[in-house]
Amino acid sequence: MEILRGIAVGPGVAIAEAVVLEAEDYRIPYRTVSAGEVEQELALFDTAVSKSIEELQQQEEWLNTHLGRDAANVFEWHIGVLRDDRLRKSIERLIREKQAAAAYATSSVMRNYQRRFMQMSDPLLVERIRDVQDIERRLLRHILGEKREDWAHLTQPAILVAHDLTPSQTAILPRTQVSGVALDTGAATSHTAILLRSWGRPGVIGLNDISTRISGGDLLIVDGSNQLVILQPTPATLEEYRSRQAAYVRLTGELDELRELPAVTKDDQRILLLSNIEFPYEAAAGLQKGSDGVGLYRTEFLFLRPEGVPSEDEQFEAYKEAILGSGEHPVTIRTFDLGADKYTQQKSYEQERNPMLGLRSIRYSLRNLDMFKVQLRAILRASVHGNVRIMFPLLVSLMEFRQAKMAFFDAVEDLEDVGTPFRRDIPVGIMLETPAAAIQIREFCREVDFISIGTNDLIQYMLAVDRSNERVSQFYTASHPAVLRALHDVVRVCGQTETDCSLCGEMAGQPLYTMFLLGIGLRSLSMSPVSIPEIKKLTRLVTIPQTQRVSRRALSFETERQVNNFLRDETRRLLPDDPL
Amino acid sequence: MSESVGKHSILAEAQSPLSEAVRKVQREVAVPDRDGLHARPVMRFVDLACKFQSEVWVSNISRRGERLDGKSPMQMMLLEATQGCILRIEASGTDAPEAVAALAALLEAGALGDASTG
Repeated sequence: MEILRGIAVGPGVAIAEAVVLEAEDYRIPYRTVSAGEVEQELALFDTAVSKSIEELQQQEEWLNTHLGRDAANVFEWHIGVLRDDRLRKSIERLIREKQAAAAYATSSVMRNYQRRFMQMSDPLLVERIRDVQDIERRLLRHILGEKREDWAHLTQPAILVAHDLTPSQTAILPRTQVSGVALDTGAATSHTAILLRSWGRPGVIGLNDISTRISGGDLLIVDGSNQLVILQPTPATLEEYRSRQAAYVRLTGELDELRELPAVTKDDQRILLLSNIEFPYEAAAGLQKGSDGVGLYRTEFLFLRPEGVPSEDEQFEAYKEAILGSGEHPVTIRTFDLGADKYTQQKSYEQERNPMLGLRSIRYSLRNLDMFKVQLRAILRASVHGNVRIMFPLLVSLMEFRQAKMAFFDAVEDLEDVGTPFRRDIPVGIMLETPAAAIQIREFCREVDFISIGTNDLIQYMLAVDRSNERVSQFYTASHPAVLRALHDVVRVCGQTETDCSLCGEMAGQPLYTMFLLGIGLRSLSMSPVSIPEIKKLTRLVTIPQTQRVSRRALSFETERQVNNFLRDETRRLLPDDPL
Repeated sequence: MSESVGKHSILAEAQSPLSEAVRKVQREVAVPDRDGLHARPVMRFVDLACKFQSEVWVSNISRRGERLDGKSPMQMMLLEATQGCILRIEASGTDAPEAVAALAALLEAGALGDASTG
C-alpha cells in the first residue's frame, strides 16, 4: 500500500478502478487513401469540423452559464480557427491532391502551425501551441472516433488518472462515469484546478508521477478531504474508507437541511460564516449554502486568462455582480494577490528564484500603481451597489499600508474629478498573513478598519514550508503550537482595540479547528462555501465557555501531535460520523 | 522592432483607384496593448474585417513578416503582433477606405476593448 500526497481540488472520498488517460497524441492509422476514397475522407473531415464547432458552442454556453464569460471566451478563438477558410482549404488540398487520409492531413497542417508558434519569442503567444493542440485533438477525435475516452464502455464509475487535463477535457468530464480525478501536475490556481473545483467531486492534483505508477484497472482511493491518493490499499484501509464514504454521503444529506438555520451557539452567540470566492457567480451560490456574505473575494482570477490585464470596466462588472449577488450581506474584496504565479513571472525580465518571497501581491501592486488604481477605482465604483470592504493582502509593514491607502485616496480623487458615483465610507483593512504583521498587530489595529487572518500563507511563512511542495507538505499544519499562539495573540489584541477580526484561511472551514477558533474569540469565519453547512452544524452544538476550555487546553501543548490528537478527540465527540 | 509606444500617427497612406468600383488603401498602425494582439482581440479584429467586402491584408512591418489574411483567425495570431509592432493594414475592394479606417481605429483604441462588451 502506498500513500501519495497532493493538492485537493474536491472534497470527499472516491473508491474505484483507475482509467488512465494517455497523454500522447492520437496514433494516425494510415497516411494515404486510394483515389476512390478521397471524397469519403473530405466528407469525414467536413463532418468533423461541424461537429467540433457544435461541441465548442455547447461548451461555451455551458461555461458561460456556470463559470462566466471569461471561462467561455477560452473557446472563442478555437471556434474561429475551425471556421478559418484558409486552414480548412489547406487540409482539404492535402486530401485532394496528395490523397492524404483526413486524420493525417489534419495532423500535418496543425503540427505545422504549432511549429510556427513554437518559434515565437512572446511567452503568451507560445502558449497558443496548447490551443492548437487542443483543436487538433478535437478534430482527430471526431475523425477517428471516440477511441480514447472510453466512457461508454465503463460499467461502473472509475477514477480518472492522467498526467494533465486541458481545460477542454475538464469541461466535459462525464459526471456519472468518473467518480474522482488524480493528476500528476497541477497548481491550485491552474485553469484545470478551477474547473475541477466547480465539478465538486473528489480530486487530488500535483501527485508528480501517479500516471506512470499505476495501470488501468488498479484499485485506488482518492481522499479529497485529506489530499491523498492511496495505491493498492490494504483490506483494512479499504474497509475504513468505505465506511467513511458512507458517512460522508449521509453527512452531506443532513447538512443541506441546515441552510435555513442560523449559525448560533447553544448559548446564543451568533457566529458569522462567510464564503471565500474566486468568481462573481459564487457570491449568490454561497448564499444558497447559507453564507452570511463574502469574506474573501480573490480577484486575481480575473487575470488568469489569455487576454491579460482586465480593464476597469471589466473589473467593475465582475465586482458589481459579486456585490449584487450578495444582497445586503457584506463583500470583502481583496486586491490582486499576484506574483509567484505564471502571469507575473512571465512578465518579468528574469524569473524570480523565490517567487513566494518575491515581488508579489501588494508589493507588486505598489510597483504597478496604474494597474492598482484601475482596480481600486473599479471597486469604488462597484461599491454603490452594496456593502463593500477593501482588503490589502500580504502586508508586512505600516509603510506599505500607508502607501496602499494613499493609492486608495488617489483613486477616490480620480473618481471625484469626473463625478463618478462611489461610496466614500468603505472600510479599508488588511489580510494578516505574515509573521511581521502578526507581531505588529497592535500598531496595525490603530490604522486599519478591520483585519482578516489568512492562515494559508501565514502558516507557510511561520513554519517555513511550501505546502505545494510534495516533499515537505506534511510539515504544513495549523496545529503547530506557534501558529495557535500567534492566532490567540492577534485575536486578543483585536478584541482589546475593538478591531473587527475575521479568519479566511482554509482553517476556517476545517471542523477540527472550529472550537479552538471560537474559543480564542473569533466570531467571523470565511471559508469555501461547501464547508459552511458542516461548520454551522458544529457551531450549533457548542457553548462559548466550552470552546474556551478547548482553546485554553490546546494552547498548553508543546507539539503539533498533541494538539492534533486533542482537537480530534474533542471534535469527534460532537461529530462522531464526520471523517475528520 | 520599433521602440515607439502608445498611439502612432499615420506613416503612410496611399490610395490608388484602379477602377470606379475597386480601391486599394493602406495604413500603418502601432500596437499599443501591453499584451499585443491575441485570443479575444484577434477575434474582434477578424470579426470586424469580415464585415467588409474588401480583401484585408495585414503585415507586421517590425518583424519583416509576410502579408497575412486579416479575415483568418489563425493567420492573425501568427502575426506575432506584440506591443510596439507596426502593422500595415491593406484593403482592396469597394469599401477599402472604410475597412482600413475601422480596423486601424480598433487597433489604436487598444483592441482589448474597454468600452464594448467583448
